[in-house]
Amino acid sequence: MASGGSEAYGRGPGEAPVAIKILIAGGFGAGKTTLVSAVTEIRALRTEEPLSGLGAGMDSLDGVEQKTMTTVAMDFGRITIRDNLVIYLFGTPGQERFWFMWDELASGALGAVVLADTRRLADCFPSVDFFERRRLPFVVAVNCFEGARRYRPEDVRSALDLDPEVPVVLCDARQRSSARDVLIALIEHAHWRLQRARAAGTHA
Amino acid sequence: MAKEDQWLDEEAGPVVRPYAVTRGRTRPTGEVIDLIALVTAVRGVEVDTVGLDPEHLALLRMCRLPASVADLAADLDLPLGVIQILLADLRARSLISVHHPTLPAQLPDPRILKEVADGLRRL
Repeated sequence: MASGGSEAYGRGPGEAPVAIKILIAGGFGAGKTTLVSAVTEIRALRTEEPLSGLGAGMDSLDGVEQKTMTTVAMDFGRITIRDNLVIYLFGTPGQERFWFMWDELASGALGAVVLADTRRLADCFPSVDFFERRRLPFVVAVNCFEGARRYRPEDVRSALDLDPEVPVVLCDARQRSSARDVLIALIEHAHWRLQRARAAGTHA
Repeated sequence: MAKEDQWLDEEAGPVVRPYAVTRGRTRPTGEVIDLIALVTAVRGVEVDTVGLDPEHLALLRMCRLPASVADLAADLDLPLGVIQILLADLRARSLISVHHPTLPAQLPDPRILKEVADGLRRL
């Protein structure tokens, strides 16, 4: 597979590998899978999670027997920039009941792309809220679906009540160059946040 | 299908029992190995296979060269949590080394992100 395997990563002697973890969030059907597959080969990552709080604290085998565990598939893609410098993309599960997985996903992430579908803008409120509370850098990418009314980025910013510093970009998640530009916008935003934090002597 | 299962949809896959592989354990021993941590089989050790499952041995083969936890989980098609438990077993036996990559907040020089952006532009 084109971007599979592990040959290109981690072999440079003496240099610590740098891994950039980026989350792709947004409501169900907002184009997360489309965006990841536009820039790299997509692979499925399965997680096995309790369906609800019922599983917590129970003996694990009992939990399995009672079918309180379910498999959740996530999109996963990798972009190798060079040896020892790799981007990992993780498509977060779109529905709120899978949010318990987000803590692990968000840990150590550089930032997130929140895909917005203007026909169902409210679907991305929870993602925006999650990343704001964690102070994780994010950009909002408005996926311009065919047939949907076009909005200006400023209208989306206002509707989502975003901080002025949060970039809002229009994209076509099917287009490789457009999807790539969304990732670049996030990386540049995260870069700016890191530099600002360093200048202030604090963490981002 | 039982009534309580009916709300499952296409985002929730089939209900399966992969934790048979881990003998019912749902949490790894020790520090959780991150999704993007790099795992490498330790070279030159004789592997005592007693108590190891085929999945353990498959993982050992797959990480002869450094491989991320996410890649291993995708390649072996087992849930992430199962992979993390199996890797913790191998780590406890000193059969693998786990390298946590540098995270953004600890980057010695954020300018590496500029390199990442430039690399993406060349895609």
